[in-house]
Amino acid sequence: MDILSLFLTVPIITVLVLFFTKGLQQIRLVSMMGSIIQLGMAIHLIFAYFNERAVNDSIMVFTKDIIWFKHLNIHYAIGVDGISVALLLLTAIVVLAGVFISWKIKDLPKEFFISLLVLSIGVYGFFISLDLFTMFVFFEIAVIPMYLLIGIWGSGPKEYSAMKLTLMLMGASAVLLVGILGIYFNSNADGGALTFNILEIAQVNIPVEAQKLFFPLTFIGFAVIGALFPFHTWSPDGHASAPTAVSMLHAGVLMKLGGYGVFRVAMYLLPEGTMHWSWIFIILSVIGVIYGAFAAIKQTDLKYINAYSSVSHLGLVLFALLMLNKTSWNGAILQSLSHGFMTALFFALIGMIYERTLTRNVTKLGGLLKVIPFISVVYVIGGLASLGLPGLSGFVAEMNIFVGAFQHEDMFYRVATIISVSAIVVTAVYILRVVGIMLMGPVKNNEFLSLSRVTWYEKTGILLLLIPIVGIGVAPLWLSDMILKSVQPFIEGVL
Amino acid sequence: MNLTYTILIPLIPLAVFLLLGIFNQKIKPSVSGYVGVFGLSISTILSLYTAYQYFFVSGKVNGVYQTFVEKTVWMNFTETLRIDMGVLLDPIAVMMLIVVSVVSLMVHIYSRGYMKEDEGYTKFFAFLSLFSFSMYGLVLATNLFQIYIFWELVGVSSYLLIGYYYTKDSAVAAAKKAFIVTRFADLGFLIGILIIGYYTGTYDFETLNNPEGNAILHWASNSFMGLSVITWALILIFVGGAGKSAMFPLHIWLPDAMEGPTPVSALIHAATMVVAGVYLVARMFPMYYFVEDSFTLHIVAYVGAFSSLFAAVIAITQTDIKRVLAYSTMSQLGYMMFALGVSGYEGHEGVGYMASMFHLFTHAMFKALLFLGAGSVIHAVHSNYLEDMGGLRKYMPITHITFLIATLAIAGVPPFAGFWSKDEILVAAFEQNTLIYVIGVFVAGLTAFYMFRIYFGIFWGKETAYEHTPHESPQSMTFPLIVLALLSIVGGFIPFSEFVTANKVGFEAHLNYPLAAIAIGVALIGIILAWVFYKKENDLADRFAKGFGVLYKWTANKFYVDELYLFITKKILFKRVATPIAKFEKKYVDGTMRGIGSKTVLTSEKIKGMQSGRVQDYAFAFIMGVVIIALIFIYIWTN
Repeated sequence: MDILSLFLTVPIITVLVLFFTKGLQQIRLVSMMGSIIQLGMAIHLIFAYFNERAVNDSIMVFTKDIIWFKHLNIHYAIGVDGISVALLLLTAIVVLAGVFISWKIKDLPKEFFISLLVLSIGVYGFFISLDLFTMFVFFEIAVIPMYLLIGIWGSGPKEYSAMKLTLMLMGASAVLLVGILGIYFNSNADGGALTFNILEIAQVNIPVEAQKLFFPLTFIGFAVIGALFPFHTWSPDGHASAPTAVSMLHAGVLMKLGGYGVFRVAMYLLPEGTMHWSWIFIILSVIGVIYGAFAAIKQTDLKYINAYSSVSHLGLVLFALLMLNKTSWNGAILQSLSHGFMTALFFALIGMIYERTLTRNVTKLGGLLKVIPFISVVYVIGGLASLGLPGLSGFVAEMNIFVGAFQHEDMFYRVATIISVSAIVVTAVYILRVVGIMLMGPVKNNEFLSLSRVTWYEKTGILLLLIPIVGIGVAPLWLSDMILKSVQPFIEGVL
Repeated sequence: MNLTYTILIPLIPLAVFLLLGIFNQKIKPSVSGYVGVFGLSISTILSLYTAYQYFFVSGKVNGVYQTFVEKTVWMNFTETLRIDMGVLLDPIAVMMLIVVSVVSLMVHIYSRGYMKEDEGYTKFFAFLSLFSFSMYGLVLATNLFQIYIFWELVGVSSYLLIGYYYTKDSAVAAAKKAFIVTRFADLGFLIGILIIGYYTGTYDFETLNNPEGNAILHWASNSFMGLSVITWALILIFVGGAGKSAMFPLHIWLPDAMEGPTPVSALIHAATMVVAGVYLVARMFPMYYFVEDSFTLHIVAYVGAFSSLFAAVIAITQTDIKRVLAYSTMSQLGYMMFALGVSGYEGHEGVGYMASMFHLFTHAMFKALLFLGAGSVIHAVHSNYLEDMGGLRKYMPITHITFLIATLAIAGVPPFAGFWSKDEILVAAFEQNTLIYVIGVFVAGLTAFYMFRIYFGIFWGKETAYEHTPHESPQSMTFPLIVLALLSIVGGFIPFSEFVTANKVGFEAHLNYPLAAIAIGVALIGIILAWVFYKKENDLADRFAKGFGVLYKWTANKFYVDELYLFITKKILFKRVATPIAKFEKKYVDGTMRGIGSKTVLTSEKIKGMQSGRVQDYAFAFIMGVVIIALIFIYIWTN
């Protein structure tokens, strides 16, 4: 079997084995082993990719193509470039961290871990697909378990949130499907056969009118899950109600499908549509960046703060993609990775704080640095990464975005860029506000003095996420060069 | 010149930080102090060796000090634009190495005594090392982005150290304020960097600073709104520098930063980090000077002069000795800024540049000494306030003498260090700009006055009824005081103009006797006034304060700048922006989405009655359906 298909078979086998496990201990062990193997494969893939890239400079490597449904020319077509391997690694790390964080889950553990792994199948499949239809199927596989995960294991108004999240994402999927079909039915414009294959469609000159029609549909379809303003409202409620590991996976990985889909499908296949519509989406993404940051200032629930922070950070991803040059695109991918690690880390920490103090309301917390130092210190580091401190991953991503965005001399772009850049100040405000209220200051509640220390599985989960944040921040060269090279053919395809 | 070993200067403190940070719980406090001091001693030795090598052995070629650069790629933006990491040695970088090393080492030694009983001892030394690493990185930066990276890192070390007593609400607030205000200024810095990168295609100081280079000759003519794009960039970069160096109106964080432990104030908020803004302007001086006839330098000069005056006036009325010193720092930084602002480039014309760096050097020594001395006093009386002190000279002889030396130095009394550097600054101002010269002289008088005010207040005057009899601090604390006092005495005799100049060619600076006489005279007037007012207990000062009425009130309240900021942030940004956005989000953005949802539910409510379950209803609907379809067919068929 080829190396990429393993990313689908390993979780499937893990799920199958999980069906036959008995007792919490076995369930944990199997899930953990399965996720460790995934992570091992993802790391191996990075090295394999570098070796392959040295001798092979086609856009996608490790490609494979099997006909799946002949009449509509649907294939199981897979392949990766530097961008997908990086995102696969992100997924593998977040999944494993999520398993560790969910170590203590009590209700229906077997079903929980199965849903979690099914979700990861969808994500892996999405990142390796080169066929639009298969990609869409995997997209849905990733989105649907969400409903169960929030509805069953969530907290607070979980039915409402689960419904809201699923309906909004489904609505977006419907729009996306129209967009994809629109692309499909125009893929014979140059006289060839109808195809779903991304690389083949890219060679076709889709009529400009069709591009203008289908670009907004495809873009919005993907961007809703990437928290495009004003379609982001599913995210705060959804994340607040979701159990910790699900928030981690959803904000850390699933939201990245949006940006990924936007440049791989919407922009790459519909370049003229991109040019025609980009201004309106630039405005929306810039609003998202600054709006999310300001909205985060006023929240009191830690999860809401993090959710609005995500709106701001992911707004930056869409903004960077719309800036249409390779530096900004590199920044967009790096920001996706960086945000993935950071936000998963935040949700993990918030979960731990909630488990101990039974509240997520910052105004009720205080002085945690004294009582749970490990969690608090990591929270500070995460916060500093989020506000773009050099030496941590956020800085690397943001600087690529800003330098890239600054390549446009046009006044409209300049103003948009400067507004986005100024979000770094607002970000500092809401991050330091939380750090100041929640972690520093006198211990607010005497019950906090007896909070339990961090456990080994929590520590492992945290470190898994923290190491890449610091690693990317300190030595970004290999990663950023890898992505920069892979971005090149795509940006050339658009321009 | 072989530079390989200089990379160790920043890396050793980094290693110490990682060691102390990761094994925080496992290392014994007594060990961590030694580790910190030991690490920094090595860095100091290496710095001194570098300075010796650079200034006396291999730095000079044909009378010109060379710039040595060694770097490696850190991240690529495009084929040409990238961030490098490396070390750059030129006269100011080497001079700063000495400043940072000496002060940091003294503060490390001092902290072993001062922080002795503190439970976060190891953490404290970890943060100090982190700061030293970042500051070295900043000083040695080879390009704009590298300096920005370390600029942010010193900012965060400062944040961590101001908030060191994190259970105190005021410390937390001060730390947050310092970070956010400087972050706001850094926004300007960052945009400036982006502009420069976009137009010139490089961030390298060497390329940018070349007077015949593209940045200065070509791009400076590309104009935007009446000014060249490079001028805009330089202004924005100066905003960043003004934030770090506490220039008006971005100074409000510095007095609050005194919430940090006193050794931190000495190191970060007096001697090293706060001069980063001055250093930044000096680092890019050729650009500031050559682009558009030094347009930006005029801004630098006026902002510096105004800040220097503004802070000196406020310093007179403050009663917290650390805050007096903080305003004094701001005032002296203003001195350095306007010295750069009035400077030329070549030979004696460039005396301002030389004087600014000279003052930076001497100020670092005597201001660190003042803070450490103040720390020694605070350690003894457990208060920051003048009213809790008095007559301490009997109990703390070493602190007293060293503090006096530093006070004389900052007041500009010969032969102490401050006199020489201040005199050069006044010479530079006199030759370029009379207004600034007058401000400079007036500020010199004010400085002498407020410094002797606190000196008399602490060591003379009426003795307060002390709970415990104050006693001299331990040796670990007095040793650094003595070292710095010696440096404050001899520092002024260094022939700075031979080593540190704008165009890197040495020149001979002479004492300008009439100007020196005026400066000394003004300083003496200040000292005598302070003597009259504060040497013995009397109500002269209070009567004067009453006489000045409103003016006194405004000064004591720091001209209400803090209140203005509070108004803008709390009343406008929080109340008028953030709160409405949060409401808008709930009501309209989310509201619309929920609206769509509930409309769908409503519609289905309305039509669900059709599924009644009664067969006759379905039969009726069926027949109606058949009839309608039949009618449609007939209609189509007939047409």
